[in-house]
Amino acid sequence: MDRLDKESRTHALLAMVKIRLAEEEIQNLFMANLVRGTTHLAIGQEACSAGVALALSKGDTVTCSYRGHGHALALGMSLRSLMAEMMGKESGACKGRGGSMHMTDKSIGLLGANAIVGAQLPIALGAALTAQVRRTGAIAATFFGDGAANIGLCHESMNMASVWKLPVIFICENNLYGEYSHIRETTPIDDIADRAGAYAMPGVIVDGQDVEAVHAATVSAAERARNGQGPSLLELKTYRYGGHSRSDTAPYRKPGELAQWQERDPIDILAARMYSDGELDPEEFLEIKEAIAGEVFDAVEWAKAEPFPSPQSLEDYVYAAS
Amino acid sequence: MPTMTYRQAVTEAIAAEMRRDDAVVFFGEDVAKAGGVFKVTPGIYEEFGPVRVRDTPISEQAIVGTALGAAITGLRPVAELMFADFIPVAMDQIVNQVAKYRFMSGGQFTVPLTIRASQGAGGGFGTQHSQCAESWLMNFPGLKVVAPSSPADMYGLLRAAIRDDDPVIVLEHKSLYNLVGEVDLEAAPEELGQAAVARAGEDITLVATQQMLQRALATAEKLADEGIKPEVIDLRSLAPLDGATILRSVRKTSRLIIVEEAPRLGGWGANVAALVADEGLFYLDAPIKRVNMENALIAYSPALEDEIIPNAQRIEGAVRQLLS
Ligand SMILES: Cc1ncc(C[n+]2csc(CCOP(=O)(O)OP(=O)(O)O)c2C)c(N)n1
Ligand SMILES: [Mg+2]
Repeated sequence: MDRLDKESRTHALLAMVKIRLAEEEIQNLFMANLVRGTTHLAIGQEACSAGVALALSKGDTVTCSYRGHGHALALGMSLRSLMAEMMGKESGACKGRGGSMHMTDKSIGLLGANAIVGAQLPIALGAALTAQVRRTGAIAATFFGDGAANIGLCHESMNMASVWKLPVIFICENNLYGEYSHIRETTPIDDIADRAGAYAMPGVIVDGQDVEAVHAATVSAAERARNGQGPSLLELKTYRYGGHSRSDTAPYRKPGELAQWQERDPIDILAARMYSDGELDPEEFLEIKEAIAGEVFDAVEWAKAEPFPSPQSLEDYVYAAS
Repeated sequence: MPTMTYRQAVTEAIAAEMRRDDAVVFFGEDVAKAGGVFKVTPGIYEEFGPVRVRDTPISEQAIVGTALGAAITGLRPVAELMFADFIPVAMDQIVNQVAKYRFMSGGQFTVPLTIRASQGAGGGFGTQHSQCAESWLMNFPGLKVVAPSSPADMYGLLRAAIRDDDPVIVLEHKSLYNLVGEVDLEAAPEELGQAAVARAGEDITLVATQQMLQRALATAEKLADEGIKPEVIDLRSLAPLDGATILRSVRKTSRLIIVEEAPRLGGWGANVAALVADEGLFYLDAPIKRVNMENALIAYSPALEDEIIPNAQRIEGAVRQLLS
């Protein structure tokens, strides 16, 4: 198993802690009705976005779903930009037009988070087509859920990407649930990766709680894509600790299931490895967490004070001239 | 000036833009090696090769989504959806993705993409291959929709669509593919969003697109013998809608007939009527009249199909009624 060096591990650890603490704060903001609408957290799934982001290079692109705060932060979106967008402020990543479900940041290659299940997949194909036509060497990664794997467009996208040998990595974060339904009730197989064979691409099952495993699998898939060998499907086995969205308390889960997954917490797994390899000690880790908590606090307070978009700007960005 | 068919004007427009800008790529089902099911794009693949011109699987949603992803990362894709009746298959990608992408990102992206499809009745293609799509596509800010009616307009508007930084849907009417007209290959692209006066007149305004425009023009020609002079407006662009040209004409003629190849409820003509009611009510000497498909679907039987779509007699009857 490919292990990361200390620097990369530290980077991944920081990213995961940042996602965890930011999302806990986001949940607080929504529950306190300081932000309206709904939000979808990826607490428990941090290794997926952090591991993939670590394996991508500048110029690569990502599309993902509404459960996208983690991907945005892992790719390097600033906490201020994210929090301001969450609150619908003009200084948010999308100038308040997107919100929690549509974190987008062109400058870090994040082409968009989509609230239509599965709609982000072909957009990655298009980015990969640009890379192929322009011979840039870039690849496109697209994240989607186990539920999205049953959308027709998922089939269309995997088929077409394979026929055109597009440099795409399909990354299924299988967190066992699509909304309130367990995968066993909606899908006749346990492993989404099994479907890769139908598209003549590798399908790899990955421990989605182990950021190093996610990173290693992504590196292989990326290499394949950059070499012109076409797409791969990675299935990251993972779990969301919270409900589907803001108001869901997840009563449909089996008792004990959450606790069982929390024993394999992605942050704890990496931290434990770093302790045993002498790369981190608990005191340092506490300091890291406190520093990041401070950044999150700062971003939230900053965003709260930022202005909303002006009503005169209602029709801005509808067409290119505006 | 060379003459060519409406069909050839499509080919010429795509080829001209592909020569001019290497960001333009073209793909769709059977468009490359076979030159399209309507033989609209022969020679494009041969000239520009397999990297820029591609046949796709039968995957309308993926075609549009891929075009979107390419558009926001630096290409200028032209995607074909074959029959406009297949547009609903890709409707999410068109309305939730393509139309909203720039807006949702707060202006981080532009979406310079063109979607072509072939629409319209009269060819015996049956209920699922004969509809006009204009009216379905007007309710989505962010999208532009054009319906060219002549070879020159096809050449001018399709090139304008490809150069435009917003997503444009170009609807080709399949009954017009063999229509011949002069095309200035060196002309500047047309401006999007503008209607045109296809025939000047003063007694009554007829607004139409494509096949209905041809019929409105024929009606005007026939009535001219009796000294009746209808003005015929070619709408050309459904979104944006050129209110100024319509209002200018109605102000002159005081009478308006809208001829649509579409069912009445929710048809684009309702928007034209509402516009004139809003901004030009006092120009009118008679109620606005809409000639359309009423509540019928397009049938296979020629006897029915020819009745459903407004024909010359119905248009003429409406003119006479409004002038009496
Ligand atoms: C096309 C479409 N259908 C249904 C929904 C409603 N919906 C939102 S999220 C969701 C579940 C998706 O599950 P999965 O793909 O596993 O992603 P996860 O939420 O677990 O990350 C559903 C059904 C939607 N947004 N879009
Ligand atoms: Mg899921």
